[in-house]
Amino acid sequence: MADTTGELLSLAADTSDSPRARALRRLARRKAALVGLCLIALFTALALLAPLIAPYDPAAQSWATVRKPPSLAHWLGTDEVGRDVLSRLVWGARASLMAGCISIAIAVSIGVPLGMLAGYVGGAIDALVSRITDAMLAIPFLILAIALAAFLGPSLGNAMIAIGVSTAPIFVRLTRAQVVTVKVEDYIEGARAVGNPPWRIAIVHILPNILPALLVQATLSIAAAIIAEASLSFLGLGQQPPAPSWGSMLNAAQRFLASAPWMAIWPGLAIFLTVLSFNLVGDGLRDALDPRRQ
Amino acid sequence: MLSFLGKRLLQLVPTLFFVSVIIFLLQHLLPGDPALVMAGEEKDPQVIEEVRRQYHLDQPIPIQYVYWVSGVLRGDLGESLRIKQPVLDLVLQKLPVTIQLATMAMAIALVIGVAAGVVAAVKKDSAWDYAANAFALWGISTPNFWLGIMLIFLFSVRLGWLPASGYVPLSEDWRASLAATIMPAFVLGNAIAAILMRHTRSAMLSVLESDYVRTARAKGLPERTVILKHAMRNALTPVITLGALELGTLLSGAVLTEQIFSIPGFGKLIVDAVFNRDYAVVQGVVLVTATIYIVLNLLADIAYVLVNPRLRT
Repeated sequence: MADTTGELLSLAADTSDSPRARALRRLARRKAALVGLCLIALFTALALLAPLIAPYDPAAQSWATVRKPPSLAHWLGTDEVGRDVLSRLVWGARASLMAGCISIAIAVSIGVPLGMLAGYVGGAIDALVSRITDAMLAIPFLILAIALAAFLGPSLGNAMIAIGVSTAPIFVRLTRAQVVTVKVEDYIEGARAVGNPPWRIAIVHILPNILPALLVQATLSIAAAIIAEASLSFLGLGQQPPAPSWGSMLNAAQRFLASAPWMAIWPGLAIFLTVLSFNLVGDGLRDALDPRRQ
Repeated sequence: MLSFLGKRLLQLVPTLFFVSVIIFLLQHLLPGDPALVMAGEEKDPQVIEEVRRQYHLDQPIPIQYVYWVSGVLRGDLGESLRIKQPVLDLVLQKLPVTIQLATMAMAIALVIGVAAGVVAAVKKDSAWDYAANAFALWGISTPNFWLGIMLIFLFSVRLGWLPASGYVPLSEDWRASLAATIMPAFVLGNAIAAILMRHTRSAMLSVLESDYVRTARAKGLPERTVILKHAMRNALTPVITLGALELGTLLSGAVLTEQIFSIPGFGKLIVDAVFNRDYAVVQGVVLVTATIYIVLNLLADIAYVLVNPRLRT
């Protein structure tokens, strides 16, 4: 009975607030999403405070401490040239989070305007944009990213561009589909009837209504982009040595699996936890922003 | 059905056209003179001139594209500058290895993903359901190259049960072949199993609430028969076709997995080509991969229509 009353009160509070407040409350009820948010906050703090937190210079080599197991001096051990694994892990968080966020920012800034244009204008422009999107989606994501990174040249910046461009078609398709649904709503007809120019209708009236879906996709795409950056760095197409990156740390680690397994365990675990946290938040946001999934 | 097939085939033409344009334009991303970069370390002006002539780089870009695409249509994907072999021959040599790996990976993914999904749906909100959901989250969040490294550490370095790398063709020694490919196949299948588990769970949940399942239960059929014979048969149709769409994940994953386990397949071919700056091979592999992906998508669509009588009209 108490539970039912609680649910009814919560439902009453839900219906009296703004959609954003309701979504935030639904998100706050999801423990997994909250765990994900805490992990993202932790990794972001590590990335931002790397110069203060990292016990050693991540590039400093020491032949006296080559492949030393975890100890009080080096909590997570050292690598093949005596660098502190913990320090490289903390600095590596910067590359991973930056690559995840910047590449998705690139994908959003290419994909959303193109998707809005295709969905709103329709006709030949829609057909052209949709066919190019289909073509890009036909090339498996990582293979396209590798090919782009290979032709652009190996660097973290080019890896981010490659991942961003390879992810953009997902945002074009999602935005287009959302715009096609929203543009026939009465309030858009109303905005058109009072003489609003198309760009204003798109930005002021359509964009806010498709933001929730874009937000969910962006969060899940950051997770995929972090794995992609780690993959490109693993292959030597991302962050270049001696700058630390979790992917390149794993690449070095596979040669010393028998003698120094800690070199492989920690960077992999860091990638896993970061990706997991974005997936948890993405799933939570999707459920919170779509009441039908309750 | 014929009109559906015709319409679907017609849709492929612009997609394939734009795929070819994108792949052709990749070489124009190269900084500086493409002929100079494509010649790699070769600085002999005669070789550079030969590359320029071979790839028609002295012609306007649309003309270059026409030359390139007409070659592709004749099966000429260019020649590897390093190995001095036609790209198509290289692709055809490596393809069977990746097909074996992909088939094993898909079989593993189907067995794990479908079983976990069915159990999760049947035992909804139980510990089994939570465990299956946790497995799915783990599967989609684990970088496959890390999983590969950890499996090598456990099964090759520590236990010494399986070879850490290498490949033996099935025709040569099937036991050694399976031993060499079981770990990479599991690594590849793991992420797809996670996705299939989510699809299966959701499809089973919706089927288990349908009228015909309720009727089967009302008739007094054992729960096992209701689930295996009535519910699963219908729930798995969309799952299997969705599984075919995961081929992109499989091909992407193969790039890293083959690299880690030193398997001489399609994925390793593209990575080696990237490091050798063998751009014709990179273009060729991307083109073949995209074509395979498009054709399998088409087959998945056809299969979906074939098993859904309502869509046939």
